[in-house]
Amino acid sequence: MQVSVKYFASLRESMGESSVFIDIDKESSVDDVWQRVTKDKKIEIDNVMATVNMEYVKSSYVIRDGDEIAFFPPVTGG
Amino acid sequence: MLVEIREKSFNAYREIESFENNLDIKGKYGATASFIGLMRDFNEGREVTSMFLEYYPEMTEKQLNQIANKAKEKWNLLEILLLHRIGHIDIGEHVVLVSVWSEHRKNAFDGCRFIMEELKSSAPFWKKEKTNTGEDWVKKNSPG
Repeated sequence: MQVSVKYFASLRESMGESSVFIDIDKESSVDDVWQRVTKDKKIEIDNVMATVNMEYVKSSYVIRDGDEIAFFPPVTGG
Repeated sequence: MLVEIREKSFNAYREIESFENNLDIKGKYGATASFIGLMRDFNEGREVTSMFLEYYPEMTEKQLNQIANKAKEKWNLLEILLLHRIGHIDIGEHVVLVSVWSEHRKNAFDGCRFIMEELKSSAPFWKKEKTNTGEDWVKKNSPG
């Protein structure tokens, strides 16, 4: 199945791109996606936040075909 | 209720005045509380010259609306005005405005505080500060 993955802020800069489409096995979790996209990259980040379809999720959340996954560092608005 | 992300600078005091003048519930509220966040020229001992605020289009708006609706229900708020800047921000500019209207002061104070703290911890915004030596992402919020 195919999902889109977005990155923001410092993580976007570390990844060298703002978004990517990936093909991944059914029943994959958010953590599986994270392991996949960072496999060949040296990413130093203490705490990654994850959303699926713009809702916060845990790393164990199981994704579905067509989902939009986003990874980003802790938010600092206000 | 008005929840907006603004690319251009705004004057929070004028926004509050304009919003309140247009409310059709005059006499129903006895309290309003506001919080305004401004752009400092220092952070963690360093001089800051400007800032860039990145956001997650659609999700940020969605998150802000969720927070405002939650506060409205929990504290029985009659009206809410929530504005947040994005993009390039200069020193002294207003970055965020949270204003709430309620029957009594307790709910106004508590609801306003709740919105601000929830926004700080869950609304997808990221600050990148510009200093005389370069640019750095802000890694954490100051304690509330």
